[in-house]
Amino acid sequence: MILDKETLSMLEAKANQLRHKTIDTVVYAGSGHLGGALSMIDAATLLYYNVMNIDRDDPDWEDRDRFVMSKGHAGIGLITIFSDLGWVPEEDLKTFNLTGSKYGIHLDSNVVPGVDASTGSLGHGLSLALGMALAAKQLKKDYFVYCMLGDGECQEGSIWEAAMAIAHYNQTNLITMVDRNKAQIDGETEDIMKLEPFQEKWTAFGFHAETIDGHDFEAIAQAIDDAKKRTDQPTCIILDTVKGKGVCFCEGDYRWHYGGISKDMAQQAHKDLDAYYDERLTRVKGA
Amino acid sequence: MGGLTYNSISQTRMATGEIYCQTLIEMAETDPRIVALTADLGKSSKIGAFMERFPDRFYQMGIAEQNMYAVAAGMAKSGLIPFTSSFAIFASCRALDQVHTDICYQNVPVKMISSHAGTSFGQAGTTHHSTEDIAIMRSLANLTVICPADGMETANAVRAAVEIPGPVYIRINRGYDQQVYEDLDYGFEVGKAVELHPGSDLTIIAMGSTVFQALQAARELDAVDKIKARVLDMHTVKPIDREAIIKAVHDTRRVVTVEDHTVIGGLGGAVAEVIAESGMGCAFRRLGLQDCFSPIGLHEDLMSYHGIDTNGILKSVRELMQLDFEEDEDWADEV
Ligand SMILES: Cc1ncc(C[n+]2csc(CCOP(=O)(O)OP(=O)(O)O)c2C)c(N)n1
Repeated sequence: MILDKETLSMLEAKANQLRHKTIDTVVYAGSGHLGGALSMIDAATLLYYNVMNIDRDDPDWEDRDRFVMSKGHAGIGLITIFSDLGWVPEEDLKTFNLTGSKYGIHLDSNVVPGVDASTGSLGHGLSLALGMALAAKQLKKDYFVYCMLGDGECQEGSIWEAAMAIAHYNQTNLITMVDRNKAQIDGETEDIMKLEPFQEKWTAFGFHAETIDGHDFEAIAQAIDDAKKRTDQPTCIILDTVKGKGVCFCEGDYRWHYGGISKDMAQQAHKDLDAYYDERLTRVKGA
Repeated sequence: MGGLTYNSISQTRMATGEIYCQTLIEMAETDPRIVALTADLGKSSKIGAFMERFPDRFYQMGIAEQNMYAVAAGMAKSGLIPFTSSFAIFASCRALDQVHTDICYQNVPVKMISSHAGTSFGQAGTTHHSTEDIAIMRSLANLTVICPADGMETANAVRAAVEIPGPVYIRINRGYDQQVYEDLDYGFEVGKAVELHPGSDLTIIAMGSTVFQALQAARELDAVDKIKARVLDMHTVKPIDREAIIKAVHDTRRVVTVEDHTVIGGLGGAVAEVIAESGMGCAFRRLGLQDCFSPIGLHEDLMSYHGIDTNGILKSVRELMQLDFEEDEDWADEV
């Protein structure tokens, strides 16, 4: 066990709270990218509350570990973390996406504390992350860079240009993660533009690639720990996830990429999330 | 226009993207050269209905715009007329090299229908605002650039695009447009501005979503200020209607351009070039994004913020009309 029980319980509670907050924020905003926010929130929670070396008092601390949310449309999930960390006033979530707000669908790194790169145009993030990783080496800093890709996003050729360069430079201070929820806007990834054999693609590009349960903190923590120790190859962690995880009416349904939810649906979503949390806690206790 | 049955009623029921798709379907019924491509934006661009009608002539390319535009170029070189559906920002910025070299340089009939233009997807922020696309696209040789004012004009532009032998860029908005035209039969012609409101005091030249706003402003100026403002719907930014611009300068001596786009190189830039080369004097103002990225917000709020809605136009026109502007009768002779 890489995570002790106390840490695991803390992470479970945190992720649960963030999922609820994400629903609230979608309600404030009127609509949002619910599916892709809920599929990556476990991994992001682990990163921000257990793995990454950050300074809660200074989101811009120059030696911090970096996180690039390359699938920028998941900003509505990420912002709940920044609000919880105190970088963004909780009240501000109520303005998400409204005219005049600092917070739009895709978070602006010049405006929102904690955002390491402005993303939203898919396929840029991994290159940006590589730049940050190369800079760390150049400046003799020991920070790590984490990059979260969407699986649909990996249809962009630029992702593979970045992958080639990461392997070329053996940039092991950059850890690539793919939210493999198997869905994009128009449908399932395999119907829209086949990605499989996906893990093998990363392997062929020179990565150590592994696929793990993206909703299991233990598994993600272990994979990241291994990746940080690996020096002969960069790592790509493929997070096997479910789009809209935890909310029954969204789960696994690509049509919930982006949408609005009514107050009633939000209530249902909160109920579903409570049940999902209970289920996860039982698993943790049983472990 | 034979076969097309749209009118203002369709416009209130259908988003502009849906009208585009229906138009394309109707044309494709009789023109087997037409195929459609999208990059995971079938749902957003509304081209999904084409896929249902012609599954064999629809190509889902995944989230890979550069590939899509180059593939479309290859198709067009081989006898097809591909219509690509993506966001304006991705056509003009992400895949620009492919658009430049594979489509425009090789002068092939790819029809790039580019949605969510200007600030019409305002809440998505700068990564999804497309406020430079006209400037970029206008500079590409061989390319015809059209920015329709509403759904009816979009239908007309899409129809016309097939008749144009080379590449065409059509810029449309997300969602529904305010209605400018009642039906299709108002004499749409590529490269010819439509005079929507007569006027001799000043000319407002608009494109896309600002045409409706300009028209509203002209009506109010007429009613409240007794200012007669001519309104031109400059749907084709390239080739631009030089004649209409020069006539406007000659007749009204004051010109205001208005666009949901940066004032650098867009409609305002295009009109300024014509005026400067004409040698005629003119009071001139360009409304649009003033060399900035837009904040986020609803489209209508952002139009207000950037001063390109009815109120913004009114304010600028009133200022311009008060300028101590020397009207020299001789100027027109210096052409
Ligand atoms: C370059 C680019 N093309 C298209 C889009 C529009 N878009 C936004 S999200 C999305 C689907 C993303 O799918 P995926 O990467 O699998 O994300 P997830 O399912 O995790 O939300 C698309 C096509 C975009 N933002 N950027």
